[in-house]
Amino acid sequence: MNALSKDEFFYGHKACAGCGGSLAVRIALKALGERSIAVLPAGCMSAVGFNFPQLCFGNNAIISTFAGTASMLTGIRAGLKAKGIEDVQTVGFAGDGGTADIGLQALSGAIDRNDDILYICYDNEAYMNTGIQKSSLTPFGAKTTTTPAGKNIHGNMRPKKNMFEIAAAHGIPYAATASVGYINDFISKVKKASGIKGTKYIHVIAPCPTGWGISTDETVEIAKEAVDCGTWYLAEFENGEFRLNFRPKEFSDIGEYLKKQSRFRHLTDEDIKIIENSRNAKWEFIDNNFKK
Amino acid sequence: MRPYLREKAPAAFDEIPEFPSYEAGFLTTKNAGWRNFRPIIDTKKCKGCMQCYLYCPDGVISEKDGKAAVDYDFCKGCGICRKICKFNAIEMEAEI
Repeated sequence: MNALSKDEFFYGHKACAGCGGSLAVRIALKALGERSIAVLPAGCMSAVGFNFPQLCFGNNAIISTFAGTASMLTGIRAGLKAKGIEDVQTVGFAGDGGTADIGLQALSGAIDRNDDILYICYDNEAYMNTGIQKSSLTPFGAKTTTTPAGKNIHGNMRPKKNMFEIAAAHGIPYAATASVGYINDFISKVKKASGIKGTKYIHVIAPCPTGWGISTDETVEIAKEAVDCGTWYLAEFENGEFRLNFRPKEFSDIGEYLKKQSRFRHLTDEDIKIIENSRNAKWEFIDNNFKK
Repeated sequence: MRPYLREKAPAAFDEIPEFPSYEAGFLTTKNAGWRNFRPIIDTKKCKGCMQCYLYCPDGVISEKDGKAAVDYDFCKGCGICRKICKFNAIEMEAEI
């Protein structure tokens, strides 16, 4: 907590009560401090942060095109360099759709050029801002307005895209996963990233009470439980190596985690078994390939 | 420092910026009206651990005399602070 600025840089915003994304943005900006420029593409955080004349960012912040978070970060970094300014962080906050679907090309380009930027994906697992449409980071089985749960098809049929390992596969200097349920871990990763030169990517799970179908006070708990039941994990990629930061001693019940959220409430026991098996396969991969 | 409420919102045409940039942290409306439940901090039970401050999505909790204090102008009443508090020092009271 001492690593955080006492100032608030994301205040008075119009995010829904209990919003996980706004918690991630608020905490990341407090970790980076006043000397940071934030870029926000179309998505919840720009929609709730800039309602002229209600302007909720206390530091410099700008809205980019939906696809252009990373390229605008590149441009700002180049501008700072031209001006000889070196003590400013450039940070982007894009949602799961803005990262894994629409902004992937620009992000990939920035990592390829190794521009000195920090890209944070706050992942609430669907296009929440426009009314809960599936993105490629929506997990298997989740009900969204474009993947409704019916008799034959039980919500989203495709697994969640592995953005963390996609970023790592570029040979990025630093990539990490995080969860707003483990906020100290997230803070230390943002801090660490801010000290590394080159492109940094942090993928933080940020539950959405509206889209996940949980009550507003459950955001932090459910984000923690996602890690504890093993559907999400806390890891880092650095110097070409994956490192696992935390392994639950024993996974908590995955069915219980799913049934707390109305987006998963339709799932049958067989569906839950599929999710459990994919979790086990993922952890087998982690155990074989990630350092402890 | 944090973004704060201004006395006057730009309303006339010549007060609206010509280009899409404006002063940072310029607030003109409160969020208090969104709240159904209001967190009440029992200062006898509060140990000042500030976990509620850490996890508040709206950043409305700050430290005052070693205890947590809520800015009710911007609290939306989500109740995360009540769940986080290990000392049961926060209760949610219905807004009338």
